[in-house]
Amino acid sequence: MLNSLEELQELAAQKRDLKRNSHEELRVCIGSSCAALNADTLLKDLKKEVKNNGLDERCKVKGVGCNGLCSEAIMVAHYHKEGDKESIYSKIDTSNTKDFTDMLNSQTNIAQKKCDTSVPFFTKQKKIVLENAGIVDPDDIDDYIAYDGYLALYKALDEMTPQEVINEIKTSGLRGRGGGGYPTGLKWEAVSKVETEQKYIVCNGDEGDPGAFMDRAIMEADPHKIIEGMALAGYSCGATKGFIYVRAEYPIAVQKLNKAIKQARKKGILGNQISDSGFSFDLEVRLGGGAFVCGEATALVTSIEGNRGNPRQKPPHLSDYGLWKSPTVLNNVETFANIAPIIRNGGEWYNKIGTPKSPGTKVFALTGHIKNTGLVEVPMGMSLRELIFEVGGGLPKGRKLKAIQTGGPSGGCIPENLLDVSVDYESLKEIGSIMGSGGLIVMDDTSNMVEVARFFMEFCQSESCGKCVPCRVGTVELTDLLDKFINKIATKSDFELLKNLCEVVQDSSLCGLGQTAPNPVLSTIKYFENEYLEGIKDA
Amino acid sequence: MISTVLKDDRYKMVEKTMKKLNYDKSALIETLHTAQETFGYLENETLKFIARRLKLPYSKVYGVATFYHFFRLKPKGKHTVVVCMGTACYIKDASNILKKLEERFNIKAGETTKDELLSLVSARCVGSCSLAPIAIYDNKAIGHLEIEQSVKEAEELVKC
Repeated sequence: MLNSLEELQELAAQKRDLKRNSHEELRVCIGSSCAALNADTLLKDLKKEVKNNGLDERCKVKGVGCNGLCSEAIMVAHYHKEGDKESIYSKIDTSNTKDFTDMLNSQTNIAQKKCDTSVPFFTKQKKIVLENAGIVDPDDIDDYIAYDGYLALYKALDEMTPQEVINEIKTSGLRGRGGGGYPTGLKWEAVSKVETEQKYIVCNGDEGDPGAFMDRAIMEADPHKIIEGMALAGYSCGATKGFIYVRAEYPIAVQKLNKAIKQARKKGILGNQISDSGFSFDLEVRLGGGAFVCGEATALVTSIEGNRGNPRQKPPHLSDYGLWKSPTVLNNVETFANIAPIIRNGGEWYNKIGTPKSPGTKVFALTGHIKNTGLVEVPMGMSLRELIFEVGGGLPKGRKLKAIQTGGPSGGCIPENLLDVSVDYESLKEIGSIMGSGGLIVMDDTSNMVEVARFFMEFCQSESCGKCVPCRVGTVELTDLLDKFINKIATKSDFELLKNLCEVVQDSSLCGLGQTAPNPVLSTIKYFENEYLEGIKDA
Repeated sequence: MISTVLKDDRYKMVEKTMKKLNYDKSALIETLHTAQETFGYLENETLKFIARRLKLPYSKVYGVATFYHFFRLKPKGKHTVVVCMGTACYIKDASNILKKLEERFNIKAGETTKDELLSLVSARCVGSCSLAPIAIYDNKAIGHLEIEQSVKEAEELVKC
């Protein structure tokens, strides 16, 4: 049990020292892409091999969360105490285990597998949310504590009032990372001001955008950070109970979160009177059932209550009328992961990163026709060009960039000539796309934009909950219309109808799903109109 | 009735979940997850059992079970192939992989072959976008999948 800030700091110091003495670490990435290539077996084999060579005193072998460069999976990092140095090795498989023990014995490098960390992929990133990914063992709470884990929570309980925590978040300028961009501090303040017995903190881990896997990586790599962020939200808003709503399709994330919650309870970090203060807080994981609409706030809350995930009209907003009719704070996984670093380093520090209106960093999942597929965290305000061509390494040889899709089914396609746009909430909205949760899909010149628009429309059609007519019927009609363009049998009036219907669905749908469903169509019409015109037979 | 059902160990698992959540109405989705995990799919009898225990109308339980894609009301085949249809996989030609598999086994996505050996499922996104296109054969994920290879792997799977 950790009953005070001093006890926490003592444990952290102890664990840190232990680490320094024992010296070296082999960190095997067990993130989803590496896991798909049997990183678990590699981890086991490495542990065995190191032990058989009598090196286990000197070198610890542990599994860590995703370190980002998924296209080079499996990644193994070798950490050395001297100079706090880390060398990263890529494309490792089980046949390489002996190479690592040889390396440990002779202190040489496995040169041909070594990753060059001086390239923009590594140097241009700024890690806040992912600071522990690739470093901390997600299954071990002590490891998290050694890296300043729970320091923010204990500090806040010891030295700050709930309002001071909120002020710090407001100063930081943090905005909701689920895509909406609503200022987190204001959201919290609204809930904190309501006087009632019961309030709830809810974390949205129902990452439904196809092509996005940021939240999954965060939950798998650093579950304790989400717990800490939620506990801080609970403290500042006066809530004692929280729920993490996770997709059932993410079994590893569910398992890591459950394990982390158990460990935190055991240490007294969750439960009654945390750190001997008057604050009590507990968490539960709830499984989603694979419904995209449940990413919408009111639908998510309804789903936790055990119902079909139908959204409802807003207002009343969740801050007045949320889970079980109580005031509720609902934030995305990435938003909660930002909280602890902000409290630890101060809101001012965070505010200086990124742009004045969109401070901080953003995690992106780079996929599609791009060299460095994987997870990156960059400061807001970076240009898309820099993100794609420097951090992402550009397109594979011989391919030409056509468009970039951001924001998933609610977002839009950005053509090559607009790539100098800065990555922040306002700039992306201005050109007809959205920031979204962070999925970024690169498409080369072989992609047909009408088909891409149809793909997203079909997705929205099957995910529409059916409660309101514009979305339920509109998405079906739009898919049929797009089919006509793909089969090149559309008429001129179909084109007008398509544009009109997009507006109707946008304006009259009940929730965000329907309101944003036409975005991919509208943005492709805006920038790639000729591809639609090619589908018109009487042109 | 309930006491005889409870003799089946599998129902005990379902009962345990409901108990943990105090037989509250909000336990429905968690209970359905446990039921599907233990039975493999959600049979009508199971749904009725859950409805009774949580004091919910059957229509409500059925409504929730059919709303979420994750729940299956029909048994799964002995083997399953899940083809990811997320955006990253889509632009790397996953739809053709699915089409080839559908043609080869003469079923549509979401269906099971008549001999109950293979279920073909299309997933929204399995979150391994960097390995696109990807499919999951039982528990084994195979990334950077080629069309020919995708059929071959499925044939291998059905054999054993």
